[in-house]
Amino acid sequence: MAETLLAKKVKKEQKVIDWPLLLRRVLAYALLIILSILSLFAFYILFINATRAHPDIQKGFSFFPGRSLAVNWNSVITDKVLPVVKGIVNSFVVAGGCALVSTYFSAMTAYGIHAYTFKIKKQAFAFILLIMMVPTQVSALGFINLMFKMGLKNSFIPLIVPTIAAPITFFYMKQYMESALPLEIVEAARIDGSGEFFTFNRIIFPIMKPAIAVQAIFTFVSNWNNYFIPALLLEDQNKKTLPILIAQLRSADWLKFDMGKVYMLIAIAIFPVVIVYLMLSKFIVRGVALGSVKG
Amino acid sequence: MSQMTATPLKKKKGISYAKWGYIFIAPFFIVYAIFSLYPLLSTFYYSLFEHYRSGLKVIGPYFVGLENYKALFTGGDLLKYAGNTFVIWIMGFIPQIIVSMLLAAWFTDLRLRIRAQGFFKTVIYMPNLIMATAFAMLFFTLFSIGGPMNDILIDLHIISQPIDFFARTGTTRGLIAAMNFLMWYGNTTILVMAGIMGIDPSLFEAAEIDGATSGQAFRKITLPLMRPILIYVMITSMIGGIQMFDVPQILTNGKGAPNATSTTLVMFLNNHLFSKNYGMGGALSVILFIISAALSVIVFFAFNYQSDKKGGN
Repeated sequence: MAETLLAKKVKKEQKVIDWPLLLRRVLAYALLIILSILSLFAFYILFINATRAHPDIQKGFSFFPGRSLAVNWNSVITDKVLPVVKGIVNSFVVAGGCALVSTYFSAMTAYGIHAYTFKIKKQAFAFILLIMMVPTQVSALGFINLMFKMGLKNSFIPLIVPTIAAPITFFYMKQYMESALPLEIVEAARIDGSGEFFTFNRIIFPIMKPAIAVQAIFTFVSNWNNYFIPALLLEDQNKKTLPILIAQLRSADWLKFDMGKVYMLIAIAIFPVVIVYLMLSKFIVRGVALGSVKG
Repeated sequence: MSQMTATPLKKKKGISYAKWGYIFIAPFFIVYAIFSLYPLLSTFYYSLFEHYRSGLKVIGPYFVGLENYKALFTGGDLLKYAGNTFVIWIMGFIPQIIVSMLLAAWFTDLRLRIRAQGFFKTVIYMPNLIMATAFAMLFFTLFSIGGPMNDILIDLHIISQPIDFFARTGTTRGLIAAMNFLMWYGNTTILVMAGIMGIDPSLFEAAEIDGATSGQAFRKITLPLMRPILIYVMITSMIGGIQMFDVPQILTNGKGAPNATSTTLVMFLNNHLFSKNYGMGGALSVILFIISAALSVIVFFAFNYQSDKKGGN
């Protein structure tokens, strides 16, 4: 039996070219290249057109960048109707605040459930899993009304504080703790006289750094991109975040005036995330797989 | 240092740390109660009242029971927008799941040995992180009359006159679906791949020894064992589909043009929220909640089933 298998294998290796395999390989690369082009093409045009002046863009499409990058940049950030610089700062404050608060408290919640034994532990865990999929939009009405009643219209608090309760981030942290946090460490810290909070902040948190970094990126990006709730909450022009400004751009019929400027504003909203992503893509892509697949 | 002095007490036998468990999970539950649970319940409550704005006048709140729900279901808009949402979702989802499974199968195929996997994964996942509003604005400018896409199609002599993509139902929906596809197929590919790599490799080895082709191995081993993951992907995508908002909102400037054939359920909700029609907005929210909750329960049980198999935690 073993001999025939071996013979088969040898026969296989002797074959000069495995045509079906080669065909499949060609097919696979062809589709991958087409998909890559599809994924990148829009961003390529965006990059090209953000560097071109309005009249050039009107004349037609070009595959080569123009020379108006600085001009477009200046006309975007000095625009009187759209406070783009403020928008960038606001988006940074909100997204950064969310990333900090959400990862810290999610790690804390996960640690509470991972390291301690208490009565409602199982129910608390099940509850968090159950609410994981509930969309924020369904409670938006009550949320917006409550925030207005609390005088938090135009405030960033309703955008940042709720991310303390982030079920998906929690779940990722919990998964990570199960694989990377032996409870003996906690025991050892206790014997050395470390208080529970001290243990969490000084011993557990540093161990969790890789998971926190991944989730901080995800939280930052999703809040940088967030549009639905901020659009309902922020009415003061100086408090608006970038997605709201993009929506205003869409409704203001700017296309007729200066396309270079339009492309530049879109580029400002998109490229920071792209650059950070390209630098950290290894961790991010791995994070997607780890975070969402259960078991 | 204060911890040091407390040590002797804690060293007593049988000390319970249970209280710390509660303290550590308290912020999550307090914040959830204030910012999500209470708003959710108050949304339910609003849905039972007639309460809206007519000009500057506020009508209500008058208790009307389930009248808002009745109005939603008999008004026709709800079903139309639900239909729009479903059609656009499925137009994006079918190519997404097919392409994702194909790519995942190729990426994990040991005989195929695809090179530069890191590059391809990075590229196909990238659109997922892009600001949806900016991405939609980009597509709007690219596909507008006089935009680069029309220019390119004319240069290539595929069309002679520029196409107004946003004046036709099919092209508008198609563009929304295409954007959803671009934004999500990379994510799905990675999930499906993780699912395939979780399968015991000895099964594939055994199949190869028995002379199974790649296609047979995929159909007879990969697919059946992937069922939980596929269910997970499909239902989370459905829940995402129900929430579809940013892309169609920006692409059609909130109008769902042409003729509201690309208005989604959440765009409908957004209109009620902006016009401060609390009753109708509340009722619509409750309907969306029920649909997504039902779907969540399925995911929850699919997940529990899986972790039970692995011995649970």
